[in-house]
Amino acid sequence: MALEDRNEAWREELRKATKNKDRVDIPRVRMNELDPAYRARCKEEVNQGLSKEQALLEAKRCLDCPSPTCMEGCPVGINIPGFVKNIERGEFLEAAKVLKMTSALPAVCGRVCPQEKQCESKCFYKQKLGKEPVAIGYLERFAADYERESGQMSVPQVAPSNGTKVAVVGSGPAGLSFAGDMAKMGYSVTVFEALHEIGGVLKYGIPEFRLPNSIVDVEIKNLEQMGVTFVKDCIVGKTISVDDLKADGFKGVFVASGAGLPRFMDIPGENLIGIMSSNEYLTRVNLMDAASPESDTPILRGKRVAVIGGGNTAMDSVRTALRLGAERAMIVYRRSEEEMPARLEEVKHAKEEGVEFMTLHNPIEYKGTEKGRVKTMLLQKMELGEPDASGRRSPVAIEGAVEEVDVDIVVVSVGVSPNPIVPQSVEGLNVSRKGTIEVGENMQSSIPAIFAGGDIVRGGATVILAMGDGRRAAAAMDEYLRQLM
Amino acid sequence: MSKIVGKEYFSENVVKLEVEAPLIAKARRAGHFVIVRVGEKGERIPLTIASSDESKGTITLVVQKIGVSSSKLCALNVGDEITDLVGPLGKATHIENFGTVVCAGGGVGVAPMLPIVEALKKAGNRVVTVLAARTKDLVILEEQMRKHSDEVIIMTDDGSYGKKGLVTNGVEEIINREKVDLCVTIGPAVMMKFVSLLTKKYEVPTVASLNTIMVDGTGMCGACRITVGGKTKFVCVDGPEFDAHEVDFDEMLMRLSAYKEEEQNDLHKIGR
Repeated sequence: MALEDRNEAWREELRKATKNKDRVDIPRVRMNELDPAYRARCKEEVNQGLSKEQALLEAKRCLDCPSPTCMEGCPVGINIPGFVKNIERGEFLEAAKVLKMTSALPAVCGRVCPQEKQCESKCFYKQKLGKEPVAIGYLERFAADYERESGQMSVPQVAPSNGTKVAVVGSGPAGLSFAGDMAKMGYSVTVFEALHEIGGVLKYGIPEFRLPNSIVDVEIKNLEQMGVTFVKDCIVGKTISVDDLKADGFKGVFVASGAGLPRFMDIPGENLIGIMSSNEYLTRVNLMDAASPESDTPILRGKRVAVIGGGNTAMDSVRTALRLGAERAMIVYRRSEEEMPARLEEVKHAKEEGVEFMTLHNPIEYKGTEKGRVKTMLLQKMELGEPDASGRRSPVAIEGAVEEVDVDIVVVSVGVSPNPIVPQSVEGLNVSRKGTIEVGENMQSSIPAIFAGGDIVRGGATVILAMGDGRRAAAAMDEYLRQLM
Repeated sequence: MSKIVGKEYFSENVVKLEVEAPLIAKARRAGHFVIVRVGEKGERIPLTIASSDESKGTITLVVQKIGVSSSKLCALNVGDEITDLVGPLGKATHIENFGTVVCAGGGVGVAPMLPIVEALKKAGNRVVTVLAARTKDLVILEEQMRKHSDEVIIMTDDGSYGKKGLVTNGVEEIINREKVDLCVTIGPAVMMKFVSLLTKKYEVPTVASLNTIMVDGTGMCGACRITVGGKTKFVCVDGPEFDAHEVDFDEMLMRLSAYKEEEQNDLHKIGR
């Protein structure tokens, strides 16, 4: 197709129009951000996106490589130069179309993907020139936002219906990306969601200041226009079974039920009032809107909030605490900052907003008031020892170095385990010791008609990896179902 | 959206609602619960299912007005819709022929006990049911309980009906007169705590069905966590029924009070 073909005349002209030597001299664009002091007290989105001028200039940096290595870094295989060059020539709506060929959620990915570890890490600038990579993520967001704000959203082309019904369990990123691809191929897709909102972790997990719900809703509406049906308040494995789905004529099931169970640390005092999982904290604030006075869902607030963990969810939680009025918001992490799994951007934003980083500290006990509310936490100071199985230097306790810190709220964000509901309810489904569904290369489980992807398979990963699973599962299920027909 | 097709007042503050939910009516077993949400700004609250009618496609919930969310639910009338209703959740009650089972229920806990009594009786058990309430007017589901129990003992705090005394008095009386193989208890946490202490003394195995604070009800948030046998468990996916003798009821009572202040501040929403 002309839109993303590198050999099209317009692309060749574009390449000739600016010399590479001039392109590489353009400095990488900086994201426009809200002022830290202002944004740390409100829900507004921190990253404000690029202006047209900024996007045009940044797109010009891309050298339109004959074999673009950036694409190897993208789990969903977006035609990156294809959309970037459409931005360079000013065809922003066309750029959005190229994105939507492979990604069901471009406005989401442009915001939450760790591009620095994926496409941008493979960019020619980074690999060969020792320069900052093209800001692919910012450009992706720009194109998706431009299209949405233009009021001219294109609905991706959908093949004529093939009359085959497929079911999706869970409406998070894996489920949505699978649904989009299957709908494009002409399948009749129904997505079942346990909660009362569609979007999974995009709604209950990622906060408004990083990913506004309205943006997720637009992407969901787009899928609806492609013919995808969404059923809320329906738990596959509880409300209906996989057998019910089969009896109802569904020929394939994609399980993307996510990482259900929050992990706790099993230390004394952890069940005191005021100590909760990041899942609970974020769900109350994001899904239930508990911080708003109109909401019936309560939320505990505190002046001193400690978040245990160093991942993106921990950063989301600690920054949420600031927005709920915390005077002291702390990250407590047992390794050093270097080992933190959170995106650099999230750490940077948290620091700018005034979050304290207590690295090389590990909670060992909580003490409470007479009424059972947490009052202090005992932190064991750590130092780095030998690398462990994850390749990161493992933290070792410094004997006797224990500190007691006052705290009103503790948010435990040390990881999640897979949701057991579907794995437990399907007989013959191979499940690992950790509780994840075992799948082959093509995301097919031990039961041929059941595919799975996202955190129920990975046990806790990123939005984009889940989306990549959804895409792969869609391609593989299509092949599987064609053989049956 | 789930439509309310029947409503009955058991007392001023206790309401029975029959709600359209064909899939749940079909899938649910004794011991299961649902999560309901009333209104777009509503809270998600867990409620144990009292009964269901598969042919009509309805389930029955018994709700006590306590805070904002339960009051909003109780204010709904026939023809109104519950914004969200999801389930059945939790593990179903383990039913087998144990021998003689004492079912001790208090307050609205009597409602979710009904399907358990029914199932135990069907499995061949001798079922002795103890219904406890503050006063005569608050005794609920007596007739239905009599239908499925070998014997029903009623206890009221003020002696206005049945015998005067607490649920534990009734349970102790039975234990003293005959061999009891299992006790099932559902009611306010403090009641279950004392039933559990009593049966522990007599070494009667006891199951308690717990109703803790929940958000999603599917294992995702951990708000419902309690300590059972020294280990943290989630009521929503590991329960709601546990070996009562292993449950740390004091911790559970403490955790139930987590949002007391916030709830007090919210009462203006229902004009209180």
